[in-house]
Amino acid sequence: MKKIDFEQLKSTPNTETLSILDETGQIVNKDLLPDLSDDELTELFKQMVWSRVLNERSTKLNRQGRLGFFAPTSGEEASQIGSNFAMTKDDFILPAYRDVPQLVQHGLPLYQAFLWSRGHVDGNKYPEAMQALPPQIIIGAQYVQTAGVALGIKKNNKKTVAYTYTGDGGTSQGDFYEGINFAGAFKSPALFFVQNNGYAISVPREKQTAAPALSQKAVAAGIPGIQVDGMDALAVYAATKAAREWAVAGNGPVLIETLTYRYGPHTLSGDDPKRYRTSAEVDDWQRKDPLIRMRKYLTDKGIWSTDQEKAWEEEVNKQIDEAIKKTESIAPQKVSDFLKNTFIDTPPTIKAEIDAYTAKESD
Amino acid sequence: MAKLSMVKAITQGLDEEIKRDEKVLVFGEDVGRNGGVFRATDGLQDENGEDRVFDTPLAESGISGLAMGLALEGFRPVPEIQFFGFVFETMDEIAGQISRTGHRMGGSRKMPITIRAPFGGGVHTPELHADSLEGLLAQTPGLRVVIPSGPYDAKGLLASSIRSDDPVVFLEHMKLYRSFKEEVPEDSYTVPLDKADVKREGKDITLVSYGYMVQESWKAADALAKEGIEAEVVDLRTISPLDEETIINSVKKTGRAVLVQEAQNQAGVMGQVASIIAEKAILSLESPIGRVSAPDTPYPFSQAEEIWLPNKNDIIEKAKEIVNY
Repeated sequence: MKKIDFEQLKSTPNTETLSILDETGQIVNKDLLPDLSDDELTELFKQMVWSRVLNERSTKLNRQGRLGFFAPTSGEEASQIGSNFAMTKDDFILPAYRDVPQLVQHGLPLYQAFLWSRGHVDGNKYPEAMQALPPQIIIGAQYVQTAGVALGIKKNNKKTVAYTYTGDGGTSQGDFYEGINFAGAFKSPALFFVQNNGYAISVPREKQTAAPALSQKAVAAGIPGIQVDGMDALAVYAATKAAREWAVAGNGPVLIETLTYRYGPHTLSGDDPKRYRTSAEVDDWQRKDPLIRMRKYLTDKGIWSTDQEKAWEEEVNKQIDEAIKKTESIAPQKVSDFLKNTFIDTPPTIKAEIDAYTAKESD
Repeated sequence: MAKLSMVKAITQGLDEEIKRDEKVLVFGEDVGRNGGVFRATDGLQDENGEDRVFDTPLAESGISGLAMGLALEGFRPVPEIQFFGFVFETMDEIAGQISRTGHRMGGSRKMPITIRAPFGGGVHTPELHADSLEGLLAQTPGLRVVIPSGPYDAKGLLASSIRSDDPVVFLEHMKLYRSFKEEVPEDSYTVPLDKADVKREGKDITLVSYGYMVQESWKAADALAKEGIEAEVVDLRTISPLDEETIINSVKKTGRAVLVQEAQNQAGVMGQVASIIAEKAILSLESPIGRVSAPDTPYPFSQAEEIWLPNKNDIIEKAKEIVNY
């Protein structure tokens, strides 16, 4: 592929997965190499390292009982960070529960992400200007909502997009089809990411559908679909950047499937991946690691070093320490506050409950 | 003042709200060119343009999801679910997503959405068109469920619903669309949410109902009056959250209550009304609370609906039983 031809992709999905940076850190597709400065390349890689460190620390914090819900992200850095890196803060993100790294890079303070994990509502109390919804739990629900945000963006004549994430399993949901179909019918600026990590908890990708590629599902909706090497941050970035431009120009939505892998379990709530996949398979994917190839590429370019990475990891760890400390200092939530936020115009029945719980909670 | 049917009052109300607030959007299946299968949006697209009133693809979850996304972009969506029997297709977006957004985001976002849908039986529809499923949503925190009983209330309640910053499910009983006309002011006006209305005063017994059953209760009250029983007719108008005060005040006055709903008995809205009376007005009761509701089967095939649906005679019979207890 010399140039991404979205018009063509509407009817003919790419048969060869889009790849730019191979496993050995070599550029295999110069035509599509994104126009990123050395600083931008370094920043992209730093965010990926940040995400890897965050994954490791979150796992430990969870084991120590200092974090609650966590869906591991290791292995998916190119897919998550590479896509988000092509967005602006004015774009609207509708993440799924594994997409906390993008949410934080989009502007959510890390301590709030931790609060969400620990089951505190303040984690979802977003600043007014933040263009985001909290992580979606119902698989696929964010797809129909994305169609709505994108239509709103179009009606408001903004030059931005709505972007959302689901996994391979999510493409089996009715809401997946409804979302891409609505966005296609309204020709609205939406980017739909399918992060195909091979498993919906334990059910392998081939049991989800007879479709040879998930990106092909876009064809039925009359929108472009493209399959990208999800371990290759440059490919994900390039595809996203081009798709964003296509959508912002008024051409409608794009579906991007990233082929990726999660090294860890589905979540830390008791999933044991050994029940459904082999360690040989995990090893195979780890050889394709998104960080290894980017590190090699940047080091060869002379813009990254082991010392730099070490220093950066230390800084990230410090940020995480500060964030978790702040998280632990937040006052417990109150049922009376929940009651106040159930309606904007509070009805008398709820007012009575607010009074009752306020009294209970001031004891 | 013109006399309008309920469907015309709704169309007029929608038109006024579209013109009043440029953020109001009306959309759904067949609402544009066709003006809705009941013509509730008749002429609104021609009048206000396709940008404001538009058809969507045929998918209920998509329609509600669209509304939620549009609300996040600052709009005031008024989507239509073509028949409320199709609500199962979009339960997650309504009950799992839209209604809990304020809660789950700590009040940092609002969902000023009014989901309209025709519902209710007695008009010989095919299966799954006529079900009274309001109870499913009456149990959803963060959501108002509003049901008018006639043209005047319909227009005023619709205006209040659309202007509300909270989500509302606004249910229009199909039998009320064209069964009678009422004086409806041409100018815009509101009827308050969360307020029940005493449609007819009486001292002997309270008949609590909503939607089409208000009309049946009214007829029953007129018949009962001929036999010397003065029934008070309370129209809930908002079935969730409930206006406890109006219910209790009426029961305290009359000492007797018959609770009337078109929906099946089990876990119905009137079960909650009975509970409120039991909790807060039991010492005023001179006899047990009476219930009139549909039998606990799915909505029947159309040839059986006249027998299945509660009516004026059921209410009269139950009211006499309670008065003479």
